[in-house]
Amino acid sequence: MVEFILLLLLLFMIIGALFVIEMDNLLSTAVVMGTIGFGLSVAFLFLGAPDLAIVQIVVEIISLVILIRATINRDIKEKAEESTSLVSRIPIFVIVALLFIFTYNAFQHLPPFGSPLFIGRLDAPANIYLQNGLNKTGASNIVAAIILDFRAYDTLGEATVLFTSIVGALSILRLVTRKRKEEKDK
Amino acid sequence: MKGMSLIVKVIAELIKGFIILFGVYIILNGHLSPGGGFAGGVIIAASYILVTLAFGRERAMKELSERGSHLLDDIGVLSFWFIAVLGWIIAGQAFFSNFIQRFAPGSPFQILTSGIILACNIAIGIKVGSSLFAVFVALAHFEPAGEGED
Amino acid sequence: MIYSLCLILFILGLYCVLTKKNLIKIIVGLAIMDNAVNLFLVLLGYRSNGVVPIITNNVERVAITQRAVDPIPQALVLTSIVISLGILALMVSMAIRLYEKYGTFDITKIRKLKG
Repeated sequence: MVEFILLLLLLFMIIGALFVIEMDNLLSTAVVMGTIGFGLSVAFLFLGAPDLAIVQIVVEIISLVILIRATINRDIKEKAEESTSLVSRIPIFVIVALLFIFTYNAFQHLPPFGSPLFIGRLDAPANIYLQNGLNKTGASNIVAAIILDFRAYDTLGEATVLFTSIVGALSILRLVTRKRKEEKDK
Repeated sequence: MKGMSLIVKVIAELIKGFIILFGVYIILNGHLSPGGGFAGGVIIAASYILVTLAFGRERAMKELSERGSHLLDDIGVLSFWFIAVLGWIIAGQAFFSNFIQRFAPGSPFQILTSGIILACNIAIGIKVGSSLFAVFVALAHFEPAGEGED
Repeated sequence: MIYSLCLILFILGLYCVLTKKNLIKIIVGLAIMDNAVNLFLVLLGYRSNGVVPIITNNVERVAITQRAVDPIPQALVLTSIVISLGILALMVSMAIRLYEKYGTFDITKIRKLKG
């Protein structure tokens, strides 16, 4: 039952991605982008990850606002130009088809969907975290115990990456307003 | 960036406090129920973004100025790192050891348990919220050349 | 079967990055690839008839920890989602700056206008 619902959600997301690729108007592509994010959030709920569903929904809303802010005024003067001609796209089709075939063959060696590898083995890290999470850390949410106690160093790296990207975005946007203020003064 | 119509302004004025309260609830209950620092921080940023969209950027800068958001951003990251170093100095074993849980454990399923997890959630929530608001205000400040009729 | 659909979503995003000339379409293609990879990581850890890995009360503790889905991919994807938002903000700010300087989003024209 859950697999059938996941298949439907994935088909919905693929149809949304096809619309995004072929659409002309820039503002509409930003809006259709939202369907992929919201379908993903519902899929996270069915896969047993409510933490991720909350974060995905709010992040999708903010990224939609940022994308619409980028395309709203520039949409009047500019539509999406047509892409390269069909003949010169043939090498790209070949590469993409090869990528699909090789990765599909690699997926045959994965364990079947619904029975991951940690089920039988008691010394797998997932089993150790699940059994001892509450005793050693005192937190009921095992995912929070993993990201902030067992693997807190990765969270420090993530905070650093987020900080760096925000500082980069602020420094790129700041330069223009300072020049603009100097031009207005002159 | 100008504001919106009167209905949107009235509703945004009423709701923005509740959104911040909800974000704080998700941060503080991060170790008991789904959520945590990242989700709560993004929700708090969304409240300030709502004020920016409804009223224009001058009103939003009065509530949380640009300097204030940068300061909160730095305080969030530095306190997260400082808690990690404290774990190394006090407990003596490793970076990030849970020294609060070792010396003063609470009982499970309450709010005041799992020492370092609660403190780190608060630090991350402050950091993520203020940095996303700073980026959005910078994007709203930036006026393109052809924007005359917005 | 589900893994193949996830791979198709990733390939659609890759195709969008490779063939489109408009800068906003390239950014949207990168965002689609991010979503596809996050979905794939969480799909790897799913367990049939599994429960959420959150312990609700002391009575059902053993029952929950023996039937839970894998919590490790969720921990990885949680940080990945927030990082992809930061990357999107950085790319959009660069795109706005390029539009300010060149007046177009077309990458072939941006290459030809020098200085």
